[in-house]
Amino acid sequence: MSAVPRALAFLGPQRFNPTLGAVVAALGIEGDLATVTAGWQERELEVEELHEHLGGRAVNLELHRRGDAVFAADPEFAAAYRRRQELFREMQAIYALRLDAAMAACTALAARAGHARLLEEERGAALEVVRTLDESHAARMNDVHAEFDARWRPLERSVLAAERAELARLLANVDALAIAGGHVAVLANRLRLFDVLALSGDRPVIAWSAGAMACSERIVLFHDHPPYGTGHAQVLDQGLGLADGLVFLPHARRRLDLGDTERVGMFARRFAPRAATVLEDGAALTWRLGAGWIADPGCLRMQDDGTLAPLGPLGVAA
Amino acid sequence: MSPDTSAAPGEHRLAIRRLLDQGTPDRAAVDAFLGEHTFPLIEGMSVTFVWRGEADSVRLRHFIYGLSASQPFARVPGTDLWHLTLELPDRSRVEYKLEIERNERSEWIQDPRNSLLARDPFGANSVVHARGYEIPEWTRFDPESRSGTVEEHHLHSQALGRDARVDVYLPARFRPGRRYPLLVAHDGGDYLAYSGLKTVLDNLVHRVEVADVIVALTYPGNRMVEYADHEPHARFLTEELLPFMSERWPLKNTPDTRCLMGASFGAVASLSTACRYPQTYGRLLLQSGSFAFSDIGPNPRGPSFAPVVKFMNEFRDRPMRVAERVFVSCGQYESLIYENRSLVPLLQSTGMDVRFVEARDGHNWENWRDRLRAGLSWLFPGPMGMIYE
Repeated sequence: MSAVPRALAFLGPQRFNPTLGAVVAALGIEGDLATVTAGWQERELEVEELHEHLGGRAVNLELHRRGDAVFAADPEFAAAYRRRQELFREMQAIYALRLDAAMAACTALAARAGHARLLEEERGAALEVVRTLDESHAARMNDVHAEFDARWRPLERSVLAAERAELARLLANVDALAIAGGHVAVLANRLRLFDVLALSGDRPVIAWSAGAMACSERIVLFHDHPPYGTGHAQVLDQGLGLADGLVFLPHARRRLDLGDTERVGMFARRFAPRAATVLEDGAALTWRLGAGWIADPGCLRMQDDGTLAPLGPLGVAA
Repeated sequence: MSPDTSAAPGEHRLAIRRLLDQGTPDRAAVDAFLGEHTFPLIEGMSVTFVWRGEADSVRLRHFIYGLSASQPFARVPGTDLWHLTLELPDRSRVEYKLEIERNERSEWIQDPRNSLLARDPFGANSVVHARGYEIPEWTRFDPESRSGTVEEHHLHSQALGRDARVDVYLPARFRPGRRYPLLVAHDGGDYLAYSGLKTVLDNLVHRVEVADVIVALTYPGNRMVEYADHEPHARFLTEELLPFMSERWPLKNTPDTRCLMGASFGAVASLSTACRYPQTYGRLLLQSGSFAFSDIGPNPRGPSFAPVVKFMNEFRDRPMRVAERVFVSCGQYESLIYENRSLVPLLQSTGMDVRFVEARDGHNWENWRDRLRAGLSWLFPGPMGMIYE
């Protein structure tokens, strides 16, 4: 749950089962919404269908365009930002390299037969290596964010501050923030760049697919069968922290072998105590003051035994 | 694939053996046998082909290099049933026809008991899938995948002295304000018709395994001339087609965002064009290239290969780094497997990043289709792990 108590809704993919409008209504949001479609990148402004779904009560914050405008007008900051992104990419590549080796040990031990108790202990130890690597990677990413913010003070730079002032003006006239999916890194970066969550105050946030991932505690990339590479899930970054204790997995049914109990169980144990949460198409997980978390049947938690179960009560409270 | 001509160990378990063990089966027994199974009948590594009718001989005509191209069926004594059992290595995919000889006249036909067909410019062949082969699901129409478009265009080529048709594939949600990599496909019409290239692109782009890409699908005139290290063809692609594409569509226009692809002679045309214009095309996708060469003396493949042999001999003598990444694929059942295997270390020796994939398949469009995911996703990878819409 975020530091600011506000209504939240995290949804599964909307293309084939759009539930956004119904969730907005269920949350009692009657006024306009601000939409964030920065994850769509160059298609950011192609919002006709989305805004129509919201009954025309929407204004787009154009975070992708605004980001480009900031970089164009503040080249010194842009260069520093680009260097930071290059550093992130290098860190991710090195992490992936170490992760492959650590996961290979887990996979080999999972397949190995022999002394049951010894193997159980070794499997646990091997997974702990992966968990430590994940934590270390996330912590390093955090450090880089903190160093960058301290060094460059983005929110105090005049061009960015002017854009934020405009965003604040737009947000003052809406009742909620709706964050669409798309490219999760681009989306999270733009949300972080303008610190949109702070600007939105205590307004409800509804986010789906990559939007939900960006708002969660930790962003995890996943695909069991890429054309190349090993298909090990990777920690990308810390999320924006609206949903502590949750790792969101939209499109999981398309990208993961959810019937493979070995892989699913390892996934669950790897990210515990966070709940690895499958968001089926159109699924909705909501939080409201007084009502707490309510998960519909499309929200499924990966269990340690490799099965999927209804998300159930969450140990995260307002 | 080895012919199973005698009672090998374990053969008694095969359905055809059980039928033969009955002695001379009557018509009803043959009817029952054919009704109980689908053919070709896959039993482990064994594949049993059957044909029923009056004939002087029946033969399997397949397209597997290394085996006799003609495999005789045996007649079940006292019946009109013909059969042949072969062993196929797992994951093999084999195209074939049946040759029926009657009254000293022979006819090649599709297997009437097999609905699985592979089309090509010459018609269609029957296909048998050995144990473990499955048609890749990403080659099939996926209603979730957004559809790109294919538009027909023409330009006059001074280099080739003819009208040149170019079909242009634009990915779904194409936006003029964005810049795209360019893939130039030789035999573009055949890739569309026989390798399902549009469906494959729609699926791989939708799944973000391949970057949004614009594809120029070219059509040859006399391909045996134009694709055989033909200077006017290279000039057409580079000095006429590239500007034509750049003026009309938003291309990134850097070597690493340009790829030439082709199969068979189309692969030769891709490599030879890259050699004539080094560092123009940073990506090459070469499928079952007809990379014939000779270490000494003439190459036995005939006069149409002469320019290819000359080009390849020169390239082998002085290999050059013409691109950054080269994806090479070839079927193990092709006569060209030796040439393609030989090419890989040669390409690597120049510092090019090379990936080579083999498959138990022949020189055909579905083999080339099945390798497209591996090739395209490496040459133009999409941000797959990052996109969650």
